[in-house]
Amino acid sequence: MHPILIIVFLPLLAAIIAGLGNKQLGNVPAKVLTTGALFVACGFSWPIFLQFLGGHAEASVVPVLKWVQSGAMSWDWSLRVDSLTAVMLVVVTSVSALVHLYSWGYMSEEPDQPRFFAYLSLFTFAMLMLVTANNLVQMFFGWEGVGLASYLLIGFWFRKPSAGAAAIKAFVVNRVGDLGFMLGIFGCYLVFGTVSIPEILNAAPSMAASTIGFLGYRFDTMTVICILLFIGAMGKSAQLGLHTWLPDAMEGPTPVSALIHAATMVTAGVFMVCRLSPLFETSETAMHFIAFIGACTCFFAATVGCTQWDIKRVIAYSTCSQLGYMFFATGVGAYGAAMFHLFTHAFFKALLFLGAGSVIHSMHHEQDMRFYGALRKHIPITFWTMTAGTLAITGVGIAGFMGFAGFYSKDAILEAAFGSGTAVGGFAFWMGIAAALMTSFYSWRLVFLTFFGKPRWIQSEHIQHAVHDAHGHGHDDHAHDAHGHGSAAEEDAGESTDHHDAHAHAAPALGVSGPNYDTHGDGTGGYHPHESPLVMLVPLIVLAIGAVAAGFVFQHAFVSEGTGEFWKGALVFHEHLIHAMHGVPTWVKWAPFTVMALGLLTAWYGYIKNLSFPKAVAEQLGPVYTFVYRKWMFDELYNAIFVRPAFWLGKVFWKVLDIGVIDKFGPDGAAWVVARGSTYAQKVQSGYLYSYALVMLLGLVGAISWVIAG
Amino acid sequence: MIGVEHYVVVSSILFVLGVLGIFLNRKNVIVLLMAIELILLAVNINLVAFSAALHDLTGQIFAMFVLTVAAGEAAVGLAILVIYFRGRGSIAVDDVNRMKG
Repeated sequence: MHPILIIVFLPLLAAIIAGLGNKQLGNVPAKVLTTGALFVACGFSWPIFLQFLGGHAEASVVPVLKWVQSGAMSWDWSLRVDSLTAVMLVVVTSVSALVHLYSWGYMSEEPDQPRFFAYLSLFTFAMLMLVTANNLVQMFFGWEGVGLASYLLIGFWFRKPSAGAAAIKAFVVNRVGDLGFMLGIFGCYLVFGTVSIPEILNAAPSMAASTIGFLGYRFDTMTVICILLFIGAMGKSAQLGLHTWLPDAMEGPTPVSALIHAATMVTAGVFMVCRLSPLFETSETAMHFIAFIGACTCFFAATVGCTQWDIKRVIAYSTCSQLGYMFFATGVGAYGAAMFHLFTHAFFKALLFLGAGSVIHSMHHEQDMRFYGALRKHIPITFWTMTAGTLAITGVGIAGFMGFAGFYSKDAILEAAFGSGTAVGGFAFWMGIAAALMTSFYSWRLVFLTFFGKPRWIQSEHIQHAVHDAHGHGHDDHAHDAHGHGSAAEEDAGESTDHHDAHAHAAPALGVSGPNYDTHGDGTGGYHPHESPLVMLVPLIVLAIGAVAAGFVFQHAFVSEGTGEFWKGALVFHEHLIHAMHGVPTWVKWAPFTVMALGLLTAWYGYIKNLSFPKAVAEQLGPVYTFVYRKWMFDELYNAIFVRPAFWLGKVFWKVLDIGVIDKFGPDGAAWVVARGSTYAQKVQSGYLYSYALVMLLGLVGAISWVIAG
Repeated sequence: MIGVEHYVVVSSILFVLGVLGIFLNRKNVIVLLMAIELILLAVNINLVAFSAALHDLTGQIFAMFVLTVAAGEAAVGLAILVIYFRGRGSIAVDDVNRMKG
């Protein structure tokens, strides 16, 4: 039995047992089963990856089942294992296993744990099916499977209306991309007569110059197919235009954000472009389009990330931005660099999300960074691991010596963009440099707001809630004594309950001490954050090691001369691009480091040294700041262009067409005729003999006259 | 000269009177029986008139049959009426609507 079968199907088995067993199975067995399955899968994945790394393994295909056989059309379930798959295998199983473990702590107070863990394992299975697919239809199966799991997990807290809305939004926006992907698959079948990926990739170069007719126009076949496929990738990987679901997806539990919306699912688009890289290579237009969209996304998301206050949203926009880097890397032909960034990003971004989860956990579910501050001393392990993650994402390192994970991958991407020499590559390079500056700024801003400065917890409703719960009884007793009658105390309790339900945040004032009711005078409100339990800290520490070392250890495999030996044709590898990367001017090599330092200094000045500075800048920028803060008005725009007209159209069809026409003349009309007709008909049956006799007579007369006349 | 047309007109008038007697009568069932009798007699006039005009005795024999049947019908009808009156205490036509479902 090939280990890949265990890796892929063990999570499915665990998901089925935990999901169907649910309450009967109980929390602990479900958790042990799913987490255990994932650690086993992870244990089998690393040897495969290391074998490919050592150059000892060859690409292979493991058949599973027959699937479709209809005339000339046929495809099977089969699992492809090559170096590209091996990279994804370790990323998916490692992060998933760690997130499973982390969820033991994070979700410990949830009532519905077996369902949660079953969803997580189901997601892992679907993702593994996606990365091992040997034909486009199986890839689409995995593609939709991860979409389903993402939908279920975003809406895990389905009693919260915003979570349900976010889940639906994610599903619907992804559907737009999936339509493109489906059309791309149809196009491939139309052109190549097969959906098998290796066959398509072999045949692709011969179709490079052909055209396809549609609505009287002639298009370049490969460009059409590649752009359609890329639209699918845009939806799944939250690229500019179809990115709006990703920030909203933060409504899901934080471990889900770490696994699905940072490390694995959103990178599926990048994986797909790399897997089909020989196909994309045949269309220069499509490549430029990808690079352009990727560059725009990485810049756009970085600007928005600089202005957000919700800790998870900052990281979500950061993810969006980093995905942009990966896409413009593929767009300039540096697939290896894109996969390398995907690999390192999975570690440090999962780390940042899980760290944010740990902060949220210790701050009683407060997510607004304006209400953090000075957490460094209270949750030191979270602080140090998140710092490692921030060092990794901002790309701290010294060229030629050593650096954190992001340093190697991001610099490789920027150098490749510059080295590609094309106009769009240059555009992507400058966008990437600008985004790197902002990445550094918002990442350090997050760290400084959260872990440094003075505590601002007292202004948070969540914290007041927590403190109130702890000391509430004492205060109530006090009120009772002072007023000497019970009603005052009850009134007091009633008011405070209302207050909590509203959950409205007081207008936050950075750097200003808390309102008058802060009896402790230090902004803590008497709240003491606690470090998270060990099951949450262990994944953080493991990922922190990855964030520190992944770039340094694996850079030779992914982006250097001789990398072609590692990829072994799993993706297109341009040897000349590697040479171009090494040949870039020194200023290009130092530019990312310089902007990183600049971003760090700005964040330090704005959020530690001079606290009034960011506000002054925001006021100075005025409408620009508002525009960026409102996420470039994408949601408003889409509401105006798509959502509202769709609602209006739906209402027209519902009220006018369905109720007004079809119902009125269809079922309702028939019922009306029967009801009204029967009230008349029942008058015929009077019970009087003479009226029956009259009818008889008239009938007789009629019959006779008919006979005579006829 | 009184021809067959005159008989037919008289019998038609009697027939229509009988029919109207059945439908317009709202008072009591005896009038109903009388109206039926009237219809039968109108038919008899027709039979006899055509019998005489066509010199065929079959019509007159048939008229005798009708008279016999009418007598029987009157006897049975009146008997039912008596029983009905005993049961319901009324023979008004408007009260007789038990055939309504």
